[in-house]
Amino acid sequence: MVVLYLSLMVMLPLAAVVAESTSGGLSAFWDSVTGAQSLAALKLTVICSLIVVAINAVFGTIIAWVLVRDDFPGKGAVNAVIDLPFALPTIVAGLTLLTLYGSESPFGINIAFTRVAIVVALCFITLPFVVRAVQPLLMEMDREMEEAATSLGAGGFTVFRRIIFPNLVPGIIAGILLAFARALGEYGSVILISGNIPFDTEVSSVFIRSQIESGNVSGAASVSVVLLAISLALLIGVSLFARSGVHGEKRGVFARIFNRLLSRGGGVGP
Amino acid sequence: MGIAVEGARKRFGDFQALDNVSIDVPDGSLTALLGPSGSGKSTLLRAIAGLETLDAGQVVINGQDATATPAQKREVGFVFQHYAAFKHMTVFGNVAFGLKIRKWDKAKISDRVHELLRLVQLDGLAERYPDQLSGGQRQRMALARALAVEPQVLLLDEPFGALDAKVRKDLRTWLRRLHDEMHVTTIFVTHDQEEAMDVAEQLVVMNEGRVEQSGTADDLYDHPANEFVMSFVGEVNRLGEHFVRPHDMEVVLDPDERTEEAMVQRIVALGFEIRVEFVLGDGTEVWAQLTRSELQKLELREGQIVHLRPGQTKSFNGDGSSPDRQGASTPSGGQGGDDAEVSAAV
Repeated sequence: MVVLYLSLMVMLPLAAVVAESTSGGLSAFWDSVTGAQSLAALKLTVICSLIVVAINAVFGTIIAWVLVRDDFPGKGAVNAVIDLPFALPTIVAGLTLLTLYGSESPFGINIAFTRVAIVVALCFITLPFVVRAVQPLLMEMDREMEEAATSLGAGGFTVFRRIIFPNLVPGIIAGILLAFARALGEYGSVILISGNIPFDTEVSSVFIRSQIESGNVSGAASVSVVLLAISLALLIGVSLFARSGVHGEKRGVFARIFNRLLSRGGGVGP
Repeated sequence: MGIAVEGARKRFGDFQALDNVSIDVPDGSLTALLGPSGSGKSTLLRAIAGLETLDAGQVVINGQDATATPAQKREVGFVFQHYAAFKHMTVFGNVAFGLKIRKWDKAKISDRVHELLRLVQLDGLAERYPDQLSGGQRQRMALARALAVEPQVLLLDEPFGALDAKVRKDLRTWLRRLHDEMHVTTIFVTHDQEEAMDVAEQLVVMNEGRVEQSGTADDLYDHPANEFVMSFVGEVNRLGEHFVRPHDMEVVLDPDERTEEAMVQRIVALGFEIRVEFVLGDGTEVWAQLTRSELQKLELREGQIVHLRPGQTKSFNGDGSSPDRQGASTPSGGQGGDDAEVSAAV
C-alpha cells in the first residue's frame, strides 16, 4: 500500500518530469537549462534564496529565543502567528504584500516589480522554518550548562557564543536547508509582486510557467529537473543532519564537524 | 575565612526556600548540607555560588562580602547533579573552558588540563565527548572542570545523586581523598544521611528552609537537637513521645517491668545486620537491629511473642525544638533518657 501510494504520488511524477526533460535528448536538455533567460532566472532564484535564508537564520533564531526565553503578554498569540505563512495560501500572501508595498502602498513604500520584493516575499514565506527548528533545541537546552559556564567566569556574550550558539547550530542549519528548498520553488507569493520581468525579476518557477504557456514543455521540465536536483540534495543534507542528531548518544560525524569548526577550542588539543 | 552565610532569605512565589539561614563553614573543611528535598539546601548552595540572588542576608567567602558579586566573578567551582557537561566540547574542551576564559596560553592550558585529568583518572579520555562517558566519568570531568580554575571554594549539588549505588560509593571515597589532597573549602549537598556522614567532617541539617542543627556526625547522632534531626540522621523508632534507635532495642524472651510485649512480624537478613520488625499491642510498628549471632541466640521466628526493652531513649518538647541532653533532668515530664520513664510511657 505504502509503496503503491508513494509510487503514484511521488515517484511517478518525478520520473515523468525527468523523462519529459530529456525527451529531446541530453543536448536539448542542456540547451534549455543554459539558455540565457533560463540561467538568469536560476541565478536570481538562487541568489535571492541565499539572501533570504541568511536573513531568516538571524531573525528566526532571535524570534525563537524570544519565544522560549522571554515572557510577555500575547506570547501564545505570537507563537501561533509564526505558522501563518505555512497556513496562508501563498497567493494570498503575495496579494497582501502587493497591497502593503505596491504602488498603492499605505506607507508609501513601493517595491513592486523589484528584486527587493522577491526577497521580502520569500522572507515572509520561509520565516517559520528556522524558528521551528531552533525552538525545540532551546527548550531542551540544559540551563545548567549556562550556569556552569557562568561560574567558570564566562560573561553573557561568551556564554552565548561558546555554549548556547554551538548547541543551536544543527537546528539553524536544518532550518536554513528547509527554508532554502522552499524558497527555490516558491511561486504564489512571488508572482504578483515581482512583476516577472525576464532577466530582471523573473524567478525560475515563474520562468517554468511561462515556458509551458509558450508550449515549450520539455524546456520547462528541464529547468524543473535542475530545481528538483537542488532540492533533493538539500533534503538529503537535512536527513543527514537529522540522523547525526544533536542530542545525546545520537551525536554523529556531521554535528561533530560543525561543532569543531565552531568551538574555537578545537585547536588547543594536546 | 571559609564560607559564612548570615540571615539568608529567599522566596520563590509562595514558597519560602530559605528562612533566615546562617551557616559557618571553616576554611579547608568538607561540609555537607543534608536535608530532604525542598529543604532549601540546593537553594543555599546556589546562593553561595551566586546562581541565586538572596532576598535578604549576606554571603561571605574567605572574609570578603560576596553578596553583590555576580556568579561570574565569585571564583567558585560548582558541580551539578546532572553534570552540566558542555555536550559540544570534548573532555579536554570542557576542562579547559575556565582557563580559556582566563586567557591562559595554550601550552599552559594543555599542561593544566592533563594534570587535572590525571587527578580525576580520566587521562586518555581527553578527546572523548561527554556522551561517550559513563555517568561517573562525566561527574569526574565536571569536577576537574570546576577545579581547573583553582576556585576559592568548591560547591557540589547532589554530585552523586544521578549515579548508581556502586559508583556512588566509589566516588564518595574518592572525593574524600581528593579533598584531603586539595584542601579547598568544600560544601556538598545531599539528601542521603549515610553519604553525608561518610564524606563530611561537618554536617548542616536543613528542613523547610531552616537550619535544624549543625555539627559533626557524632554530635548529630548522639545529641540531636530535635525530633527532625533525630529521625533524619540515623534510623529511629517512635514510641509515643519517645524515640529510640533500632540498635538500642533489646529483645528479651522474659518480661519484666521495663519491657513491652511485641510480636515478631518479619525478619530481614541484610548480611551481617538483621532487621527484625515487630508490632506492639497497640498496633505500633517498630524494628530492632540485631546481629546474626544475637538472632541465633534468641531463635526468633515470625509470629513469635517476645518482649522489647528500649535502651537509651530521647524525647523532645511538643514543638520538637528543645534538645534533650543525655542525663539532664528537667521538671517537665516526658523528658530525659530515663529507662523507667520510657517504659511508663510506652
